[in-house]
Amino acid sequence: MITGTPKPIEEILEMLEPYDDIILAGCFGCVTVCRVGGDKEVQVLASTIRLAREAAGRKIEIKEVCLERQCDPEYLEPMRPYVEDHQAVLSIACGAGIQFMAEKFTRTPLLPGINTGFLGVTERQGEWTERCQGCGDCVLHLTGGICPVTRCAKSIFHGPCGGSVNGTCEVDKNVKCGWQLIIDRLVALDQMDNYTKLKPYKGWDSSRDGGPRRILREDMV
Amino acid sequence: MVIGCLEGDCHYVNGNIRARARVKRVYQILDQIDIGPERVRMYNLSAGEGAKFAAFTSEFVAQVEELGPSKINLARKGAGNATEQEVDAT
Repeated sequence: MITGTPKPIEEILEMLEPYDDIILAGCFGCVTVCRVGGDKEVQVLASTIRLAREAAGRKIEIKEVCLERQCDPEYLEPMRPYVEDHQAVLSIACGAGIQFMAEKFTRTPLLPGINTGFLGVTERQGEWTERCQGCGDCVLHLTGGICPVTRCAKSIFHGPCGGSVNGTCEVDKNVKCGWQLIIDRLVALDQMDNYTKLKPYKGWDSSRDGGPRRILREDMV
Repeated sequence: MVIGCLEGDCHYVNGNIRARARVKRVYQILDQIDIGPERVRMYNLSAGEGAKFAAFTSEFVAQVEELGPSKINLARKGAGNATEQEVDAT
């Protein structure tokens, strides 16, 4: 899922300074699962903003909504009849959802209520860790299901660097060395021959180096 | 006031521990918006500790009275449009 963290309330209040009537929009997608932008978070944040503004002597009207997904046009359209009745939209969806809403409702300012994080997994309730950087050229079949692009701090491709010490990464002693994990897994799977295969240079044009990406499925359009 | 079961004695195993973490978050939110975290408090009690419950309640009420009206309470009174219920609730 796409993860995120709430923006500090001080930052949100500063963004809202020019406005007295806003929509606070959550999303039932990824941000609901990682507890940062769902229906419940809409309610908590709306209450927080109302309390802060009332304590400051300047009330604010907040219409609370939570869309099925902010990254799909059909779920944004129901907002169209009323979005311009408000001065701004504060969205606590991921950056993709916020931008898509901004593209659809061009005359209403869109404000981000969260900092979007990474593509990750739930380790346990309240803890999420990164697994994928969306490089567009998956090699997990060769690396025991562990991604060298994401799990190695340097995204290197042919084994651990000199900063790998006792299975931990030099960038942080709490971070496991991605390549140590890969080798341990390959040994367990009896697939160490994958490690000895010299992989050609990875083409990064399918990753961010190629600019904003696009997927076009001819069978679906 | 938030009352949870005694630690280690929750029907929901660690529900009261999670509740304490949630209440801590409420402290942070109230602190960040300058209302102050002292207006919320969590206690752990068993169902049989009526006298302790009464004592904690008195203690918390005294604490809130000492704090005086919250900023919101004052803003509502200043605006002159608060109902008695709204003022009492803050």
